Amino acid sequence: MASMDQSKIRNFCIIAHIDHGKSTLADRIIEMTGLLTSREMQAQVLDNMDLERERGITIKAQTVRTVYKTKNGEEYIFNLIDTPGHVDFNYEVSRSLAACDGAILVVDAAQGIEAQTLANVYLALDHDLDVLPVINKIDLPSAEPQRVIDEIEDVIGIEAQDAPRISAKTGQNVEEVLEAIVERIPAPGGDARAPLKALIFDSVYDSYKGVIVFCRIKEGTVKRGTPIRMMATGAEADVVEVGYFGAGQFIPCEELSAGMVGYLTASIKNVKDTRVGDTITNRENPCAEPLPGYKKVLPMVYCGMYPADGAKYPDLRDALEKLQLNDASLQFEPETSIALGFGFRCGFLGLLHLEIIQERLEREYGLDLVTTAPGVIYKVHRTNGEVIELTNPSNLPDPAEIEYMEEPMVSAEIMVTTEFIGSIMELCQERRGIYLGMEYMEETRALLRYELPLNEIIYDFFDALKSRSRGYASFDYDMKGYVQAELVKLDILINKEEVDALSFIVHSSTAYERGRKMCEKLKEEIPRHLFEIPIQAAVGSKIIARETVKAMRKDVLAKCYGGDITRKKKLLEKQKEGKKRMRQIGNVEIPQKAFMSVLKLDDK
Amino acid sequence: MQKGNGREKDLELYIHIPFCVRKCAYCDFLSAPAEEAVRAQYVEALKGEIYQQRFFGEERKVTSIFMGGGTPSILEGVQIAELLETVHDCFRIEEDAEITVECNPGTLTRDKLSCYRQQGVNRLSMGLQSADNRELGLLGRIHTYEEFLESFALARKMGFENLNVDLMSALPGQTRESWQRTLKQVLALKPEHISAYSLIIEEGAPFYERFGPGAGEEDLLPDEDTERRMYYDTGDILKAEGYERYEISNYARPGFACRHNLGYWERKEYLGLGLGASSLMGGVRYRNHKNLTAYLAGDYTHEEVQRLSRREEQEETMFLGLRKTEGVLLTQELMEAYEEVFAKLEQQGLLVLENGRARLTDLGIDVSNYALAEFL
Repeated sequence: MASMDQSKIRNFCIIAHIDHGKSTLADRIIEMTGLLTSREMQAQVLDNMDLERERGITIKAQTVRTVYKTKNGEEYIFNLIDTPGHVDFNYEVSRSLAACDGAILVVDAAQGIEAQTLANVYLALDHDLDVLPVINKIDLPSAEPQRVIDEIEDVIGIEAQDAPRISAKTGQNVEEVLEAIVERIPAPGGDARAPLKALIFDSVYDSYKGVIVFCRIKEGTVKRGTPIRMMATGAEADVVEVGYFGAGQFIPCEELSAGMVGYLTASIKNVKDTRVGDTITNRENPCAEPLPGYKKVLPMVYCGMYPADGAKYPDLRDALEKLQLNDASLQFEPETSIALGFGFRCGFLGLLHLEIIQERLEREYGLDLVTTAPGVIYKVHRTNGEVIELTNPSNLPDPAEIEYMEEPMVSAEIMVTTEFIGSIMELCQERRGIYLGMEYMEETRALLRYELPLNEIIYDFFDALKSRSRGYASFDYDMKGYVQAELVKLDILINKEEVDALSFIVHSSTAYERGRKMCEKLKEEIPRHLFEIPIQAAVGSKIIARETVKAMRKDVLAKCYGGDITRKKKLLEKQKEGKKRMRQIGNVEIPQKAFMSVLKLDDK
Repeated sequence: MQKGNGREKDLELYIHIPFCVRKCAYCDFLSAPAEEAVRAQYVEALKGEIYQQRFFGEERKVTSIFMGGGTPSILEGVQIAELLETVHDCFRIEEDAEITVECNPGTLTRDKLSCYRQQGVNRLSMGLQSADNRELGLLGRIHTYEEFLESFALARKMGFENLNVDLMSALPGQTRESWQRTLKQVLALKPEHISAYSLIIEEGAPFYERFGPGAGEEDLLPDEDTERRMYYDTGDILKAEGYERYEISNYARPGFACRHNLGYWERKEYLGLGLGASSLMGGVRYRNHKNLTAYLAGDYTHEEVQRLSRREEQEETMFLGLRKTEGVLLTQELMEAYEEVFAKLEQQGLLVLENGRARLTDLGIDVSNYALAEFL
């Protein structure tokens, strides 16, 4: 492996919209290049986590090296770098792309181009990657490959007439893709004798080896013993092992040299030292400057996470720490809520990231969680000139001390079939969107451009988008800086007591509407008590909405004879059990569910 | 028959007859119509079980027998007689034991009643439910009010001096007025005992499909306020006529409280005989299986066998005992176990402690599940 012929290496990724068949194609490539027999393959090798398989998305970048023997008998090394497919992980995507020399663009022959397809293609073109279009799912009855090919040429402006038309599911024509990879994706460059310059595009934590760094060697060579430095974080270590990626396993090798993709370990204890996008160099023979494009990813969305059972607080902390070992973008710090007790304020890249972490905590760590409404980072300019980055609504200073506030904006692209343009525009208006423009992709589909406040899309925007377009709209966004906004803190009072976990920051124009909906929702969720319970929404001292949970008038079992006793006792036990899972606010018991129910308020 | 030695424990017998003429719309009990031949086989199988369980009769004396269902009166008079004879053969029955047969108007005859009398049956529980024929139709009852009147008069004539009438309030479309009318009409007959239940829409009963949550017609049910007013009306109207509420849904003239049912709430031992019948024997709760075919073949297997811990016994003492208006006599042990619960419920006005007893207040009865759940 030492004297690898660069011309026989192909480093590439697959980009696609969700469900267009990226992972299936990856599986097929792995299978057909003989790395695994189909029997050994669990469907979709690259999507490791249950969650990824269930949701049909790739959360973490996965990488695999295979050997392909062309029709004329030459052997090529393929490094397939599978990228995460969601906007939350845009930065990871961009770094994965930077590790490649070309990209396969998979487009569904029935669906055509979607918002995310575009976003990913632009990202690939930004990295000067050669894009190789592939039309997938030609076995579907509704497939229209020629229409989609025309669309790719019209909309993206890349040559697509001879794009392979395949079915990754059945394997039909996948051979053509393999040949095209060899012919159309360029071989890597770089000088194996130059000073080491390697791009970190991912890392995982292993309890024996420490951090396993995934890297693409741009220049130079790295092997066991190489003294390395991460140029952005400044972390230093000596390499213990280098190698490449089998399917789901790490295979050690002698060295990695320019053009190669592989991993290295160096007894690094913390993933924070190996930031994605950072450049690894040899500290005794460093390169002149790092690779461009490194940035530290920062959480965009925050929420409080609390164990449903207060005694599980240490378990939650341990679980978060373990997840953070593999996910440097997850942040958390302890916080206390009067309503929910001890928990953590956690920061995420976006809502999907939040949901994934939440699900993993619940599934992999068996935790029952209560989360508060997700919020963004607001900039609060105080009258004394100080600027606070607010992640927890409870920490909002007194209004008298606030000069003004700013909120983050995104520019969004929404792809929608023309019949739903009206309802999607209405949705964007409701969410305080600023209309930027619309382009017709073809007669039946259009791309809407909006500028939207991030806090309007992190609640239930995606659900609303889907339900108002019968699932046809797709959506992507980019962060766009902060703008000043009329923001207020909306408080919820239950039986006159403020419930801190339900407070959140909202634009003054939507405060009333949101307050009303929250009160309505809470009314449904809070069981009746022996007394009447007012539920109020307030901005400052002003009550803007109110609902009442009527007093319980009747809760009685009319009959209880010999044959009923066991059953009735179970009924009472269930009632008692339900009570245990409630949170006591003053003398009101609130089910955990109530805290979660207010996260989804769109009722159209 | 066992000889008494004065140190025997009280035992109650429940005998289940899982047959009826037609299933009522609100019923989720283990009961169904059946062929005459099946009923006959069942009686034989039941006699077999009674015989098999006779060892429980040692050192125990039977203080009450309750034949329930279903509609026990669907059986022939001689069948009831045979069953009771078998019981007499296998257990020692107290002289003044309360022996009840549940019956439905429309199934009673002079012959049947005569058989009952001969076997010492001294109490009849008659399922009327409503004096309004429209309401009876809605409930899917097989009889009219007029047929009930006939049966009731017949029972009196045959010498039954302890009669219960089952009534049901909070029916779909029922008003306070129609409920009060039912009560008054029944009171004119001067039964010794009245059980008045608020309708429960049980999952599994045909009513659930119509009046259950989200089923479409639940708006026809009286709202909670009306339902509670009906309940208060019941107490008031019956009290004026000399009936005392002694349990959440049970009312009696002095001396006629149902001893058998009181036994359930006071955790006396009871032995359930017949398909699916429940028992509390020797600190264990269990139930007979519910497979009729197996039962007919002589399979008397027990299910859901649960040995109660001391704590569970205390829980039961409270949640069953507090159904009685006189409440629960408090031992030192109960006082200690539930000190905090008592304090909380007293403070909420749901319970009072007086004369060494704990009992629910009127408000406590209205929300008794809430209060009783505290003891678990």
